[in-house]
Amino acid sequence: MSATTADTPAGTGIGASVRRVEDQRFITGRGSYVDDLERPGQVHAHVVRSSVAHGEIRRIGTDAARAAPGVLGVYVGEDLRADGIGDLPCGWFVSNIDGTPMFSPSHPVVAVGRVRYVGEPVAVVIAETAQQARDAAELLEVEIDDLPAVATLERALAPGAPAIWDGAPGNVSFHWQIGDRAAVESAFARADHVAKLELVNNRLVCNAMEPRAAIGEYDAGRGEYTLWTTSQNPHVIRILLATVTLKVPEHKIRVISPDVGGGFGSKAFHYSEEVIAAWAARRVGRPVRWTADRSEAFVSDRHGRDHLSHVELACTKDGRFLALRVSTAANMGAYYSTFGPAIPTFYYAPLLSGTYAIPAIYCDVKGVVTNTVPVDAYRGAGRPEATYVIERIVDRAARDLGIDPAEIRRRNFVPKDAFPYRTALTLEYDSGDYAQALDKALALADYAGFPARKQASAARGKLRGIGLSSYIEACGVGPSKIIMTSGGGSGLFESACVRVNPSGSVVVMTGSHSHGQGHETTFAQLVSERLGVPLESVEVVHGDTGRIQFGLGTYGSRSLAVGGSAIWKAVDKVIAKGKKIAAHVLEAAESDVRFENGRFVVAGTDRGLSFPELAFTAHAPLRFPSDEIEPGLEETAFYDPSNFTFPAGVHVCELEIDPATGVSEVVRYTVVDDFGTVVNPMIVDGQVHGGVAQGIGQALLENCVYDEDSAQLVSGSFVDYTMPRADDLPTLAVDYIVTPCPHNPIGAKGCGEAGAIAAPPAVMNAVVDALAARGVGDVQMPATPHRVWQALRAAAKPAAA
Amino acid sequence: MYEFEYVRPQTVATAVEQGGAGQYLAGGMTLLPTLKLRLAQPGRLVDLNALPELQGIRVDGNVVRIGAMTRHADVARSAELRRAAPVLAELAGGIGDPHVRNRGTIGGSVANNDPAADYPAAVLGLGATVVTSAREIAGDDFFTGMFSTALAAGELIRRIDFPVPKRAAYAKFPNPASRYAMAGVLVAETAGGIRVAVTGAGPCVFRVPEFEAALTRRFAPEALDGLEIPSDGLNQDLHGSPEYRAALVTVMAQRAVAHAAARG
Ligand SMILES: Cc1cc2nc3c(=O)[nH]c(=O)nc-3n(C[C@H](O)[C@H](O)[C@H](O)COP(=O)(O)OP(=O)(O)OC[C@H]3O[C@@H](n4cnc5c(N)ncnc54)[C@H](O)[C@@H]3O)c2cc1C
Repeated sequence: MSATTADTPAGTGIGASVRRVEDQRFITGRGSYVDDLERPGQVHAHVVRSSVAHGEIRRIGTDAARAAPGVLGVYVGEDLRADGIGDLPCGWFVSNIDGTPMFSPSHPVVAVGRVRYVGEPVAVVIAETAQQARDAAELLEVEIDDLPAVATLERALAPGAPAIWDGAPGNVSFHWQIGDRAAVESAFARADHVAKLELVNNRLVCNAMEPRAAIGEYDAGRGEYTLWTTSQNPHVIRILLATVTLKVPEHKIRVISPDVGGGFGSKAFHYSEEVIAAWAARRVGRPVRWTADRSEAFVSDRHGRDHLSHVELACTKDGRFLALRVSTAANMGAYYSTFGPAIPTFYYAPLLSGTYAIPAIYCDVKGVVTNTVPVDAYRGAGRPEATYVIERIVDRAARDLGIDPAEIRRRNFVPKDAFPYRTALTLEYDSGDYAQALDKALALADYAGFPARKQASAARGKLRGIGLSSYIEACGVGPSKIIMTSGGGSGLFESACVRVNPSGSVVVMTGSHSHGQGHETTFAQLVSERLGVPLESVEVVHGDTGRIQFGLGTYGSRSLAVGGSAIWKAVDKVIAKGKKIAAHVLEAAESDVRFENGRFVVAGTDRGLSFPELAFTAHAPLRFPSDEIEPGLEETAFYDPSNFTFPAGVHVCELEIDPATGVSEVVRYTVVDDFGTVVNPMIVDGQVHGGVAQGIGQALLENCVYDEDSAQLVSGSFVDYTMPRADDLPTLAVDYIVTPCPHNPIGAKGCGEAGAIAAPPAVMNAVVDALAARGVGDVQMPATPHRVWQALRAAAKPAAA
Repeated sequence: MYEFEYVRPQTVATAVEQGGAGQYLAGGMTLLPTLKLRLAQPGRLVDLNALPELQGIRVDGNVVRIGAMTRHADVARSAELRRAAPVLAELAGGIGDPHVRNRGTIGGSVANNDPAADYPAAVLGLGATVVTSAREIAGDDFFTGMFSTALAAGELIRRIDFPVPKRAAYAKFPNPASRYAMAGVLVAETAGGIRVAVTGAGPCVFRVPEFEAALTRRFAPEALDGLEIPSDGLNQDLHGSPEYRAALVTVMAQRAVAHAAARG
């Protein structure tokens, strides 16, 4: 599969493709997911959801349901409100262009008064068995007076569209901008050419393999809540439960995220069902569990993307970029999810410069409310949308000007000697070498041989196209100061505790959370290499606020760059203390003690202590003064990055289109990434493969579709929502270049989202390239067979006439 | 799911007796999801999985007999079929995914008559006979509309008899999400002439006399050049318009003809 896995170093340290230690339990069915857990006396919650997209709740009759067998409680939105339960929070704040604050809709845990999307919780039934809860739910009399509904951006922004919120006239809940508008206008006035595109970034359903689940438990003796939940960031959920929704002291809540089967962002948010499970557990005095079924997941997991952008790139006639102007409408859904407004603003627009030196950029973004599931972060979150905009318009400009798409990119790259490079939109790119990645990718993809392959395809009646994407992303959120001055409600650092047991084995408590990323392996490799202990002697613990000091979780490709750096700093402290103890034991000056190859040694002598000897000594304070040096060996560190990291790279997609059916087949796919230091190439390859699969999925297959009139979800199951499958994907050629991140100790930049960010424009540029021969101008994502066929038919018509 | 009574009869006679007041369970690939979604509420499920009589493939001279409980995977990998009527193995091998092929049955598929199912194209396109607990029904009369058939309540399909065609092939354009047919075309040269049966494109499997006539004149893909069925009444969904389906029918028919012609 990959060019790199084979030639990595042996051993278990940094750079070795160690097999994932967690796979033993996952593959043998011994993982422990929320739904696997059984709590004594547990009962079941069924969430009754709105079947209409917009309406006034006239009445919810609960008598029959309450009387049904096994039922312990039936609750509606007012019951939770009356008990002091707070609304679901949005943790990001955006200002309008005129300086006024954005409109913030209230977001009840269970609907009160009005429903605003299909799938919104309207009632909860708690019963002894899941079957009884569901049976009783059918006895509820939910009477809702329909209101006109609107689901799509076009409809929501059309004059006279149904209004969803009084505070959002025209359904615009915020109108935000970034960049220097005047500088952009004057550059456009000077331009030889302006390339233009209308771009749809299609709405997606994340579809993690494991559906969301939650179990709430209340210990009346201690007044303590425990919530097991499928979350990417249990500490954040605890903060929000404590301060916003459940409103009980933080130290009285324990949130546990055990094994979690994929998240992709959709499990990073605070959901109704988490509040319901914890609250109801106290109400009924029994542990309350809930697991989504797949149909429920489609209408309740937060969706991703859904942008409409008008894009213009001003260039000179030799293809130098002068300015970029973008106007975007972003579908927020009916309410703001936890990070909702951050995604199409802060995580999107600053990346519009791509890998290029563009002197002036301006972007405005309208947040649009609709009768759909709230939209939030999905693998890449804002950065795929930005990459799609810049990488598509760059190709359009190349095509307009008759310049090779590789060449126009090369001409405009931020040069490798320009780092750190400040873009027109405030970001400071830390390191990179975009031309090196391009050269390597073009060689690996045999770009030069493409014309011959195109001819061979044509001889078989197929249209062949090639597409490039030179992506960049900002990862490793965040510098807390930047986050908090940009609208974030809290800091974004990470914490780690490294505990050395007396026998020399090591436990790492990390605030990152692994839901498929393999942290238990990668983090163990870091510690194993630094402390010189065997990999098997390192245990990585995550996902439990009762065991872990603090954490901000895993999303935005932040785990290694931020979480790993916190571990690194804690290890530094362990080594520093170890040196102090070793100096006493070895009767040497502390400055003469070195830690090398897993031993504390006195420079220039053969005196030393192995790491386990030192660990034991630290817990047996005989030969060092315990009044001066505390016994024990456990250190905690918090790491707040000084900048984002900027992974970048080049993807090359080559595909063949069957003009008779419109089917696109990706036949070659090449990736060259710069993730800085790579700790485990096999795991990183896996992240790239998964990301590319999702990116190809977005470009060719996946589409979340609502009915324009009723705002019912039409693509509500796998019968209609096309998930990418193994046979939709070619063998991927994956390689790397390395420019280490200069501002974190590992040099790592992050790899989790890159594939999903880079792939869509690479694929779509290839589609457009293939279809150009038949006179097709542009095609929107997803380029389904039907859509491609329609584009070909439309282009053929004038010729035939 | 709602609660139901479950029985597993050991003889076909008992099954038919119990089937009157219940619903047959074959591979469960359609029925079980329907039950899980609470879209059906049968009082009793009559499981047909313990009835060896309903299973197996037999080639009798010019007739292939396939028991109702024969799994798609067994049809796909039958060496006998690959010799006698490779079109059937090919069609079955293209149904769904391996899980579905290992459970789903020909009887269940034909009884269900999903407008996008593959087998109806074989039953109609090869002029098969559906043998039930009560009678023999000609393939031409069996499929009566979307999800409806000539079966009476409680009537059990025992097997399906396919006359061996001189040559035949099936070409399917799968729905990208479900992999059911968006346009599946079976083209056959049978003792009674050329037959072209189309599934997936319309509400129910149908024949295309215009294609049959053209192919009777000349059995070659080019014979269908420029021919397209009217799109009126064809299916419309997220994955394709009626016009697209009409175009796909011609493309799939041409591919099936090319394949059948190559078979000799
Ligand atoms: C993911 C997925 C993909 C699929 N893809 C395809 C595809 O590409 N092409 C395709 O053709 N099909 C496809 N199918 C359908 C599948 O192949 C089965 O044919 C179909 O589910 C019915 O067969 P079954 O044996 O599972 O029947 P069941 O689900 O058990 O029963 C279906 C119906 O037939 C009735 N029935 C069953 N046996 C008899 C009998 N002997 N006599 C009378 N009535 C009977 C049952 O009572 C029920 O009403 C797919 C299914 C799934 C789940």
